[in-house]
Amino acid sequence: MMSTLRTVTAFLIALSIPSLALAEEAGNGHGPVIEAQEWSFAPPFGHYDKAQLQRGYRVYKEICANCHSMRLLSYRNLGEPGGPGFSPEAVETLAAQAQITDGPNDKGEMFQRPGRPSDRFRSPYPNDQAARVANNGALPPDLSVMAKAREGGPDYIYALLTGYEQPPADMEMSKGMQYNTAFPGHQIAMPNPLVDGVIPYTDGTKPTVDNYAKDVSAFLMWAAEPKLEERYKVGARIMIFLLVFAVIMYLSKRAVWARLHRRDHAHEA
Amino acid sequence: MANGGTGSKVVKWVDSRLPIFSFVDHALREYPTPKNLSYWWNFGSLAGVVLVVMIVTGIVLAMHYTPHTTMAFDSVERIMRDVNYGWLIRYIHMNGASMFFIVVYIHIFRGMYYGSYKNPRELLWWLGVIIYLLMMATAFMGYVLPWGQMSFWGATVITKLFSAIPWVGEAITQWLWGGFSVSNPTLNRFFSLHYLLPFAIVGVVVFHLWALHTTKSNNPLGIDPRGPQDTIPFHPYYTVKDNFGLGVFFIIWAAFVFFAPDFFGEPDNYIPANPLQTPPHIVPEWYFLPFYAILRAIPSKLFGVIGLIGSVGILFFVPWLDTSRIRSTSYRPIYKWFFWLFVVNCLVLGYLGAQAPEGWYLFFGRVCTIYYFGFFLVIMPLLGFIERPKKLPGSITQSVLGPGSHPAEAPPPVAREPVREGAV
Repeated sequence: MMSTLRTVTAFLIALSIPSLALAEEAGNGHGPVIEAQEWSFAPPFGHYDKAQLQRGYRVYKEICANCHSMRLLSYRNLGEPGGPGFSPEAVETLAAQAQITDGPNDKGEMFQRPGRPSDRFRSPYPNDQAARVANNGALPPDLSVMAKAREGGPDYIYALLTGYEQPPADMEMSKGMQYNTAFPGHQIAMPNPLVDGVIPYTDGTKPTVDNYAKDVSAFLMWAAEPKLEERYKVGARIMIFLLVFAVIMYLSKRAVWARLHRRDHAHEA
Repeated sequence: MANGGTGSKVVKWVDSRLPIFSFVDHALREYPTPKNLSYWWNFGSLAGVVLVVMIVTGIVLAMHYTPHTTMAFDSVERIMRDVNYGWLIRYIHMNGASMFFIVVYIHIFRGMYYGSYKNPRELLWWLGVIIYLLMMATAFMGYVLPWGQMSFWGATVITKLFSAIPWVGEAITQWLWGGFSVSNPTLNRFFSLHYLLPFAIVGVVVFHLWALHTTKSNNPLGIDPRGPQDTIPFHPYYTVKDNFGLGVFFIIWAAFVFFAPDFFGEPDNYIPANPLQTPPHIVPEWYFLPFYAILRAIPSKLFGVIGLIGSVGILFFVPWLDTSRIRSTSYRPIYKWFFWLFVVNCLVLGYLGAQAPEGWYLFFGRVCTIYYFGFFLVIMPLLGFIERPKKLPGSITQSVLGPGSHPAEAPPPVAREPVREGAV
């Protein structure tokens, strides 16, 4: 019995100590703590804010797209339901702003043409090597599913974009690296991309870094989860159906088993 | 009841040539089931339903998926974006894997608590362990298919375990890979096997059910039914109870699918696989974490792998390691504590499996590993001799209606059972 007690004590300690250890070393594979933001698309009834996604697309196009690809998205997605909701004409225009390499034509040559809604978002570099050469050896990651590919998702992207600071005095920075509070290891190759007022907003939203970061994070969330609104809507209906199903089954179970209980009591008497 | 109760001539005609209706009637309707089964007995049928859902969604996914290293990741994203309701099918399948393991783990722990592996159900238990092994192989290979970072590096870590085998390990690993690293041939064969193994599982499930219907269901008292007054037909009593359980289970599953589809996933798996960049923290899916903790708790690669295989393989020996003749843990006052400690131990191992193996994490990983094996190899065999079990009730009916009840028919004495209250 004594040994049982000791084992139990050991396990209680086992349960409490790792959490202490975790608080001490923020490391152990996990990055810095990311603060959660309020998003319009939070489950279970949330939806994307169309105006916010349109602003976010603007920030993405003017700033992010200079270095980051988004190869899984097509221009047509910008006009699809549950997204930024650009009109078909706007989508045509946005697509046509990009020069797309197509071909080969019947002379066997590649050629440039204006983009069409069916084209994928144009990548800024022809390949990863070209991207690295242009960016000091660092590869700007593709942003298509970025909002799902990092712990914290859009919260993390927002924290990263607003997390540029002067490095602490005792920290030695590698050449060409910036200090960032959200980035794991705090040294990021991407220079601070956002400055207040760099992109004019036309809908009355204040053109601040905070708003840019929020809008582009929401846009990237939509890019990663374009079916989120549909998912919530279908989900709500399915939940109602399943709840009704479960209740009916519960009542059926009660009714069917009541027969049995009656029979048992008959036997008893 | 050769016409399945319908009185139809067609049914009768078919049944006299191929008694399929009689078979279903026996297996799903008449099947005499102890009348005291608790909701813990729902999880077997739930596992069966998940298996069917996984096969159906999996077949649809396979219609749109491309098993090639350069296209796998994008084809999954295409399913998510462009295939009609592709996101739904994929999220059901993805979360279904986790649901399958939750259900099966509860099913296994239920079997352990109520001694469902004991005479005469040893083979039933064995078939269950085989299903579990096949499930692990299937799930592991399925996780590789989206070809994200965790797919690739998880596959690399796990397949490299085979290189611990002396002399031939390296050769076996390369044979599994179909090359010199996890690469396109590996992805191709994993896809092929991931499609095949679920049907193998279906096959073993048939044997599992066959064995079940031969030895009949165990029950929370762990005593055999003493006659027809202790059992009820499966239909409608347990079909309706199973359906209620199914409704509740589907609500939980749907909550994840629709409102937190990536809850069980790793963000790293949304980064396309890159053989040149190791993620800082390689973790398998949550359902493998306890075993992963055991693997890393043992400071030698070879013995770590032996520990890993042993931790699952030991389940085969459970019917003989447990020396107590009492099935239900409810009647085993000391074993009860060790059993629940074992459950907690498995959960702690799962937590530790997700942490880096250093410092206290490693220390407690070792403590938990020792208890894991100690439970099977020391506590199970010894307690059977030491422990004084509580008195078992005389019969299921007596337990349901209280000791004063008199069953309508005098039950014939069944089997060799330990002393019971009220028994002659």
